[in-house]
Parts: sequence; structure tokens; C-alpha cells
Amino acid sequence: MSGLRILVPVKRVIDYAVKPRVNRTQTGVDTNVKHSMNPFDELSIEEAVRLRERKTPVQEILAFSAGPAKSADIIRTAMAMGADRGIHVQCNEGEELEPLGVAKLLKKVVEGEKSDLVILGKQSIDDDAAQTGQMLAGLLGWSQATQASKVQIEGDSVTVVREVDGGVETLKAKLPMVITTDLRLNEPRYASLPNIMKAKKKPLEKKTLKDYGLDTAPRLKTVKVTEPPARKGGVKVDDVDGMISKLKELGAL
Amino acid sequence: MATSYRFAASLRRASLTSRAPARFQKLRPASQVRWTGNTSATSEPHQPDNKGTVKGAPAPAKAVKFTSETYPELQRNSKFTNLTQEHVDWFKNLLGSESAVIDGLSKDASADIEPFNSDWMRKYRGHAKLVVKPQSTEEVSKILKYCNENMLAVVPQGGNTGLVGGSVPVFDEIVINLAKMDKIRSFDQVSGILVADAGVILEVADNYLAEKKHIFPLDLGAKGSCQIGGNVATNAGGLRLLRYGSLHGNVLGIEAVLPDGTIVDDLSKLRKNNTGYDIKQLFIGGEGTIGIITAISILCPQRSEAVNVAYFGLESYDKAQEAFREAKKYLGEILSAFEMMDGRSQNLFKKASGKKLPLEEEHPFYCLIETSGSNTDHDSEKLQNFLEHVMESGIVSDGVLAQDQTQIGELWGCREGVPEHLGHWGGVYKYDLSIPISEMYDLVNATRERLTKAGLVGDDESHPAVDVVGYGHMGDANLHLNVPVRRYDKAVEKELEPFVYEWVQKRNGSISAEHGLGIAKKPFIGYSRNGTFLKLMKQIKDLYDPNGIMNPYKYI
Ligand SMILES: Cc1cc2nc3c(=O)[nH]c(=O)nc-3n(C[C@H](O)[C@H](O)[C@H](O)COP(=O)(O)OP(=O)(O)OC[C@H]3O[C@@H](n4cnc5c(N)ncnc54)[C@H](O)[C@@H]3O)c2cc1C
Repeated sequence: MSGLRILVPVKRVIDYAVKPRVNRTQTGVDTNVKHSMNPFDELSIEEAVRLRERKTPVQEILAFSAGPAKSADIIRTAMAMGADRGIHVQCNEGEELEPLGVAKLLKKVVEGEKSDLVILGKQSIDDDAAQTGQMLAGLLGWSQATQASKVQIEGDSVTVVREVDGGVETLKAKLPMVITTDLRLNEPRYASLPNIMKAKKKPLEKKTLKDYGLDTAPRLKTVKVTEPPARKGGVKVDDVDGMISKLKELGAL
Repeated sequence: MATSYRFAASLRRASLTSRAPARFQKLRPASQVRWTGNTSATSEPHQPDNKGTVKGAPAPAKAVKFTSETYPELQRNSKFTNLTQEHVDWFKNLLGSESAVIDGLSKDASADIEPFNSDWMRKYRGHAKLVVKPQSTEEVSKILKYCNENMLAVVPQGGNTGLVGGSVPVFDEIVINLAKMDKIRSFDQVSGILVADAGVILEVADNYLAEKKHIFPLDLGAKGSCQIGGNVATNAGGLRLLRYGSLHGNVLGIEAVLPDGTIVDDLSKLRKNNTGYDIKQLFIGGEGTIGIITAISILCPQRSEAVNVAYFGLESYDKAQEAFREAKKYLGEILSAFEMMDGRSQNLFKKASGKKLPLEEEHPFYCLIETSGSNTDHDSEKLQNFLEHVMESGIVSDGVLAQDQTQIGELWGCREGVPEHLGHWGGVYKYDLSIPISEMYDLVNATRERLTKAGLVGDDESHPAVDVVGYGHMGDANLHLNVPVRRYDKAVEKELEPFVYEWVQKRNGSISAEHGLGIAKKPFIGYSRNGTFLKLMKQIKDLYDPNGIMNPYKYI
């Protein structure tokens, strides 16, 4: 084998540190706020780059994003972190994709680019669907390992340690394969200035959904989005007796 | 579900330890090394390490030495009346509610009073027996009038985060704490003018403004505890000064009470008002010596939607100066912070915090720059041009650019975490100085040479000092000279003072750039102010506070 062709899908989401707010029309959240790369996708990119740094033969790391024009910034960040090139499928207003749509699209990309390893975030922090990786593996008929906290590749054999409730599980599979990343996998690097500059010169291909000729029509309908009820203020009790009588009053005891 | 919680929890942990560490804002630190020295240097007591534990037993407030013992030359002025039960009853009658008066005269309330008697650094401690917490300007007026007539000395107190011992009593002065005056009075969306009580906590004010897409023109590490009245009384500088200017410009009006009870109502909402002496300026930075500020009106800028932070490594202080010059040229109006840290301070930060620095290799100097603007695309373009320029021309050796809010927090953490973590070895001698920018770092070198020659700095326990480091608000020519030590030591103090002050005086610098004078810098005021000036100040003090009841024993 001449080296891995790794595909890393990345998504532009509302920045983790921003508190999302429901929009006036209650159809979604206010998107006029700071956006950045989905934190789990940073882990994916980082892992791909580390595979290469660990001397696993890697032929190419391709960063891919489907989303609005600004998603290109996220791909540039991925390239500054070490991806070799990017593909941006520009989705206009009303062309938002659901996980199945993304999985179908990724399948096409995998086929077109002859990828043999796809590293995805286990979920994106905006929709929290946590489905794309699994659907993609299903559509491709590939092995999958979700929630990876450690990845090792030797030849075409992949060992993944994944986090499960109460412990870890070690899986072994053969390439090609889909891996989704979990928080403890690595610590993503900063984009350094020299690399940000180099990333500007790396190729970024622009495409549209039409280029892939897919049915990505949404199957879900958002009925209404509302804020969770505000938390009621607590009370301070003086001592244990006070707490017990308060709990009794509330019928909790 | 479980996974997304796990995710949130661990990322939140990261952000907590970054910008203005949360535990730093709310908690009083527990000091490990007891302050024994007599220097005017301010200290940063031992802080919890990255696991939140403090080595050594926390010093209880009662272990803090009384200021009157540290400064035996200070004598209680006998013109002041001793507090009696009759006085206390008068206050209780006026203020009513239990919580508004802490009475340590008729009963032992020392545990309740202690937090008001000792300061944030655990360096100063007074003997007050009474704390009052007025809820309105009228109450403040009645209290001061009564104290003035009865010759009862007072200390105005805000969040008690001041670093020069100005906010706590020396003897038995009554503490007038503003915490209960915490209402926001009004905010005008069009002009951006906020009117609020003096006791509003800075962070509360800023959060309120954030909802309205505005920003308080001041930010500092103690924002979770300090009050806007205290900020004005100390003319605090902080992290946004470079961009938004000093409180002398941003505060448009003040409501204050003079010792005789007169309410000075100057809550102007005018940007322009050239009608004679601008008396309110005397309260800004006056440190509570001529009256109590009860409310302020302040001009608040629009909050920037687009914030970027970059962190550089540079090979010399000269390069840092060049970078600053280029930043002003290329970034102009969007530059909102330019901070400098020497390599030594970053190294110690790394050792003490256990955190990884953003750059792989070590550099002699580091700078952090922040831009804030209204348009992400415009800002990014400017910033890209600037970054390309400083990289290509070799001004900057290496650097990183934050890609998201969490990284912004982490990069700021490398600057804001410095003062806290330098306390890791025991204590720190800290000087907050204004020095012409070209010579700013020379002082750090000169001081290090001095201590090295005296054999006081070194890697092992036998040397009291760990290192001599410098960092600060480079954009404001404000240097923080810090000497982290394993123990406070007379020999170190002798090398530092008056050397540092004389050095600063020779360059017409300021011995207290941001933190004020309080009691700590009282003996050294002559290094920055000449006799004529001191006389004028004294005249003003005598004019407004003829009985001298306001914050006595402090700098004036
Ligand atoms: C972690 C930390 C970081 C800091 N960073 C900075 C910084 O970057 N820049 C900077 O400039 N300072 C800084 N400081 C010091 C700064 O001066 C104070 O934190 C703050 O401005 C004081 O506000 P406060 O409400 O705590 O006032 P206090 O400490 O309670 O009082 C300070 C002085 O003001 C007087 N005073 C308080 N309230 C009133 C009032 N309503 N009317 C009249 N007088 C009053 C007091 O008598 C006292 O003399 C820092 C302090 C800490 C602990």
C-alpha cells in the first residue's frame, strides 16, 4: 500500500463558549454569533496529523466540509493544523443537511477520492445527533469504531481503544474503516502562524450539492424551539435540621 | 445524552482555568507564607495549584499581622472618638436590618468582622469593631454627617480587592461597605451610558451590558469581587485601557457624599460639559480620602463581535517593541490589548501550573495581542496582513492564532495566570510601575543583576528568590516587576528598595501605575510627586475633609 488516504469531515458550528439563544421566530437558534470548528473535528484532524507524525504511512489528509460559504474558514484551519487539501461543498440557505444526507455525501466523496480511512467527530455540538459516522460505515459496508480514545495502525490492521460506560473496550479491524473521535483521544494543536500562511496556498476545491446528484431532502421537521424553563433560585438553610424540614416540606422525604 | 454532558464538563474545566480563573475571582486566597516584611511591594499570596490544592495550611485571617504592628510608627490619632454603645445604637436605629450593621462592640463578632478588617493579600489588618452597609445615598449621607460631627474615623470599602492596603482600617475606623448599594439605575442603548450604584460588582455590570451588546470599558482579574465604585476610587487600569482609555475619560459623572453629609449630585450623562472645574476627577483615583462615591455614570462602548487573539515568541525586547509599533500601524483602531511576558515568567507559569505553553520552542519574550472590531472579515484581513508582515520580516520568531473561543481563553490564560502562579514557591514581591517603554525591560535586567550579585537568586532552597521577571501592559508602558520568592527575606528587600524607586524616579516614571498608593506606597510618594504637588493635594484634602475622618493614616 502506498499510504493511507484519510478523509476528515469538519463542521462549522456555534462556538463552544457561546451560549446559544432561541431566535425570535422560534424556528432555531440565533446564528449571528461566533462560529468555530466543531471541537470533536479538531480531534479528528489532530489524530490524522499525528498518525502521519508517528510515521504511519499517510499519503494524504483531506479536509471536507459541507456548509455555508464561511465553512471555508474551518477548512483553512484544518489545513493550518496539517490537512493537505480541502473540499468545500457550499450549501445555500435551505440546503441544510441532515446526518443521513451528510453520510450519503461522504460516501460519494470516499468513492471519488479513494479514501480508506474516515475520521469523524463522534458528534457535532450543534445538533448532537451522533449519527453520521455510523450511517456512513453502514452505507459503505465498512468496519467502524466509535468514540475512539486511542488509534493505532499497523499495515492494514487498526486497533482502536474506545470509551464505554465504566471502562474501555479495545477493537481490532481491517482497513478501510470509519473511526469517530472522543475527547480523550488527543489534545489538538494551535494553528501556528507559519502554518496558517502555508495553508493559504493549499488547494481548496469548491463544489455544490448538485455536483453529487444526491437526494438530500430533509426528512425531519423542526416544530418549535424554546428555551428551557428558567431555574428557580435556591434557598439557604442554616443547618442539617433546617435542611431536613425543608425537604419534608417539599415532599422529598 | 451522557456523552454530551461529559463533553461539556471537560471543556468547561478547560475554560475555567483560562481567562480570569474563576476561583481567582470569587475566593479569597489562602496564604502560605505569612507576610512579615516591611517593604512596600505588594504581594500575591500562595495560590492553589492546578489541582486546586494549596500546599501548607491556609493562614486564617487572625494570623495576619496587624498593620499597627507592621508599621509601629503609625499611632492612632487621639482626636478621633472611641466608639461607644450609643454610637452603635444610632447606626442600628438608622440602618435597621440585622445584616446592615456588624456590631463587634457589644458582642464578640470577630469572625464576622475579620473579612472586612483584613485585605485581599493578607498583608494588612485593622482593628475595626463596626461595619455598616448603607443601602442608599441618603443613608451614606446621614452616616458621614454623624461620623463627622462625632469625630469618628471611617474607611470606605468596595470589594476589598485593592492591592495597597487602602480598603481596610488601620485602627478602629468604621468600615462603610458599599455592597448593599448594588442597583443598576439606567442604561441608554443609544448613547451607551450606564448609571449604576457604586456597589455593583464589575462582572455583574459587564454581564448586564453584554446582554445589551455593550461592554464595561474596564476589565481586570478581580472582576468577580471588585465593585465599580472601588474601580473608580482607585482609577483601575486593567486589560482594556489601551483600547478604551482611562476612567478619567470614561466616567461622565459621579454621585458622591462628602464627610459633612453633602450629596454631590453630578451624575452627568454629557460627554461635553465645560463649565468650570471638573471636580469629579478628584474622586477618580482619590482612594476614598475625600468622600464616598455612591453612583457613577459611565460611557460604555459597543461590544465587539469579532475578537481575535494571537500569541508570539520573540527573540528580544527590541523585537517586542517593533511588534508593538507594527501592531499599531497595521491594526490601528481594532487593537485592543498588547501584553508582554518575558520568557522567564512564562517558564515559571508553565512549571507552576503544569500547563503546556502554546509554542513548542522557548523564546526570550512573548507577546499577546488582541483585536476587537465590528466586522469579522475586515478584522481577519487586517490581522492576516499584520501576521504575515511580522513573520516575514522576522520581527516575530513564531506564533499562534486562536481558532476558537476556548483557545482565546487559553492564550489569555498564559498572561492572566502569571501573577497567580508566580506565588507557587511561597510569595512574590510585586511592583507596578510606569516606565518609558524603551527602557521598560532594563529595570528587570538591572534588578536581576543586583539580586544575582548579592547571591540571592537561584534554583535551590538556599536562595530566597526564585527569579526576577517582568510582564505587563506593554501598550500602556506599564511594567509588573515581580520577584517570586521561597520566603520573604530582609536581604532581598534591602536590595529592592529604594533601588527600584530610585531607578524609576530617574526616568520620570511612576511608582504606582495602576494600583494606587494606599498605605503600601505612602512613604514613597515623593519619588513620583514633588513638594508642590503634595502641598496641593493636602490643600484639597483639608478643604473637603477638614476633620480628616476619611480613610486616615493612608497616603495623605
Ligand atoms: C486579582 C487582582 C487583579 C487586579 N488587577 C488589576 C489591574 O489589572 N489593574 C488595576 O488597576 N488594578 C488591579 N487590581 C487592583 C484594583 O485596584 C482593585 O481590584 C479594584 O479596582 C478595587 O475595587 P474594590 O471594589 O475591591 O475596592 P476596595 O479594594 O474595596 O477599595 C480600594 C480603595 O478605594 C476606596 N473605595 C472603595 N469603594 C469606594 C467608594 N465607593 N467610594 C470611595 N472610595 C472607595 C477604598 O477606601 C480603598 O482606598 C487587581 C486586584 C486583584 C485582587
